[in-house]
Amino acid sequence: MNTQVKILGLAALGAAVSAVPVTAQSIDEQVNAVFASSTGWFVNLIFSSFPGTSFPWIVGWLVVAATIFTIYFGFIQFRAFGHAIALVKGDYSDPDDAGEVSHFQALATALSGTVGLGNIAGVAVAIGIGGPGATFWLILAGLLGMASKFTECTLGVKYRNEYPDGTVSGGPMYYLTKGFEERGLPMGKILAVLFSIFCILGAFGGGNMFQANQAHAQITNVVGDYPGWITGIVFAVIVFSVIVGGLKSIASVTEKIVPFMGILYVVTALIILLMNYDRIGWAFGEIFDGAFTNTGIAGGAVGALIQGFKRAAFSNEAGVGSAAIAHSAVRTKEPITEGFVSLLEPLIDTVIICTMTALVIIITGQLVVDAETGRYLLDEGASTIQTVDGNKGVALTSAAFSASFGGFQYVLAVAVILFAFSTMISWSYYGLKAWTFLFGEGQTTELVFKLLFCVFIVIGAAASLGPVIDFSDAAIFSMAIVNIIGLYLLMPIVKRELNSYMARLDSGEIRKFA
Amino acid sequence: MTGKIVVGYDASPSAKRALDFALNAALANGSGLIVAHVLEWSPYTFLTKEEIEERHARRNMELARAEEAILKPAVTGLGAKGVTVETVSRFGNIAEVLAKIARDQKAEQIIVGRTGHSGLTSRLFGSVAGSLAQAAPVAVTIVP
Repeated sequence: MNTQVKILGLAALGAAVSAVPVTAQSIDEQVNAVFASSTGWFVNLIFSSFPGTSFPWIVGWLVVAATIFTIYFGFIQFRAFGHAIALVKGDYSDPDDAGEVSHFQALATALSGTVGLGNIAGVAVAIGIGGPGATFWLILAGLLGMASKFTECTLGVKYRNEYPDGTVSGGPMYYLTKGFEERGLPMGKILAVLFSIFCILGAFGGGNMFQANQAHAQITNVVGDYPGWITGIVFAVIVFSVIVGGLKSIASVTEKIVPFMGILYVVTALIILLMNYDRIGWAFGEIFDGAFTNTGIAGGAVGALIQGFKRAAFSNEAGVGSAAIAHSAVRTKEPITEGFVSLLEPLIDTVIICTMTALVIIITGQLVVDAETGRYLLDEGASTIQTVDGNKGVALTSAAFSASFGGFQYVLAVAVILFAFSTMISWSYYGLKAWTFLFGEGQTTELVFKLLFCVFIVIGAAASLGPVIDFSDAAIFSMAIVNIIGLYLLMPIVKRELNSYMARLDSGEIRKFA
Repeated sequence: MTGKIVVGYDASPSAKRALDFALNAALANGSGLIVAHVLEWSPYTFLTKEEIEERHARRNMELARAEEAILKPAVTGLGAKGVTVETVSRFGNIAEVLAKIARDQKAEQIIVGRTGHSGLTSRLFGSVAGSLAQAAPVAVTIVP
C-alpha cells in the first residue's frame, strides 16, 4: 500500500513534469516538488503497514474503533435511528426554546462541512484504485462510523466551554482535557495539544488543499488547462474576504445553496440509475464480487477494502473529531441528543451520497474491463484501473455523469466549487478552534491562522493530486489517532448519559411536544 | 376581569390600530391584555457555523430588544387607563405562536392588524391574519 501510494505520487509528479511546457507551469512544479518532498515522511509514518502485510495500521485503527463503539453501545446506529429522525423533525423540541439552533440546523450545518469533494472526487479515487468492491467497504465503514460519530459528538457537547457572552467552544481538545480530569486520567492536556496540532494540519490538508486541488481539476476539465496557482489565488481571495474580512453574506449564501446542490446531485444520480435500471443488479454484483474476490485490481480484495475504508473516513470524518467541534456549538439540555442527530451524518454522507457516486461510475462503464478475462485493466505502473478517457478523481465522476447527461460537467463544476468552498469555510472554523486552544483567543493570533489558511489554498491548487491527497489523508487520520484514544477512555461517560436518557425516555419524563 | 385578550403587535401602523381596538374592547369587557410580539423564526433554515455559535447570545439580545424597543413603548401608560397588561415575546411562526399563547393563557380572543410589516411576503406565503383565521382556537378579530 505504502509503495503503491508512493508510485502514484511519483507517477503523477513525473507526468506533471514531463507533460507540460516548463515555462508555463514552473510555479506549479516548484510548489509540487517542495511540497511532496517536505511532507513525505509524515505520510509514510501515518500510512505504514502492519509488519508483513500491506494493510495500513491507521485504517485498522479506525475500523476497529467504529466496531467497538457499535458493539459497546448495542448497535446504537440502528437502535436510536428512529429517535434521531424524531429529534431532527423537532418532535422533542420545547417550543419555549424556539429561536435557539434546532437539531435540523445543527445537522444541516455539520453535513455541509462533510458533504463535499470526498463524496464526488474521493469515491472516484477509491473506485479508480480499489475497483467497484471498494463501494461495499465504503458502505460498511459508513454504517460503523455512525457509532463513532455518536460517541464523539455527545462528548463534544458535554465538555464544551461556555463563555459569559453566550458563545461556546468545544471539540476533542476540550473533552480530552476536561473529561480526562474528571475521570482522574493523566495525559489529557498532552493529547489535547497533539489533537490541536493535527487538527490544524487537517484543516490545511483535507479541509483546504485537497478541496482547492480538486476544484481546480474540475474547472480545467470544463474550461481547459491553465496553471493551478491562478485558481488558488482566486479561491484564497474569496476565502480571505469571508474569514478575515467578515464578508458573512458569501458564507451564508453558500450555506443555503449547498444543501440544494446536494439534493440535485443525488436526484441526478438516481435518474441516471433509473435510466440504466437493467444494470443495477449487475453493478451490485460487481460490488460484492470485488469486495471479496480478486477482480484484477491492484492489491486484490484487500486493496478494495483499504480504499473503501480510507475514503469513507475521509468523507464522513467519523472518529476524526471534526464533527465534535461542529456540534458542540449547539445549545441543548441533553448532550446525548446531539449524538443521536450526528449519527445520521455518516448515513447521509457515505451510505447514501457516496454510494450514488460509486454506482453511477460503475454503471456508466467508466472502468475498462479486459474483454477476454473480465478483469479490470490496470494503468502503467499497475496502481490504478484504466478508465475510458484516462480520468481520475473528480474528472472520473464528471465523465460518468456527463455520459448520461451531456453538459452535467458544468453543473458538477458549480457543485464542486461550492462544496469545496463550504468545506474550506468549515475547516477554517475547526482549524481556528484548535489554533485558539493552543495559542489563546485574540485578534492577532486568529489572523495569523487565517492568513496561513489562505496560503495553503494556493499551494493546494498548484500541487498535483498524488502528494496532496496523501498529505490530506495523513493529516486527517492523525487527528483520529488522538481522538479515538480519548473516545475509548471516555466512552463509559457516554454510556452513562445514554442509559440515563433512555430510562427517562421510557418512563415518559422526556416526551414529545408536538 | 373576566378574561384575556391577546394582541399581536409589531409596532407597524396596522398593529397600533389593533392595539387601540383591543384596549377599547378590554376596557369595555373588563378583560386583561396580553401584548405579544413574535419574532419570525423557522427551525428549518440553514445557518453557518459562526451563526450557530452566536445564536444563543443573539437570541437573548433579540428578545431583550423586542421587549425594550417594541413592547415597552407600546404598553407604557396603558396601566393608568385601568387595564392589566402583560407583554410576551417569542420566536416562531407568528400565527402558530399567537394561537398557542391564546390557548395556554385561556384567552377569549385574539386581535391582530390586517397587514404586518411586509405586504409582499404575505402575498406569497399567506398573511398572519389569514392563517390565524384558519388555525386559532378562539375568536379572531382582524383590524383593518
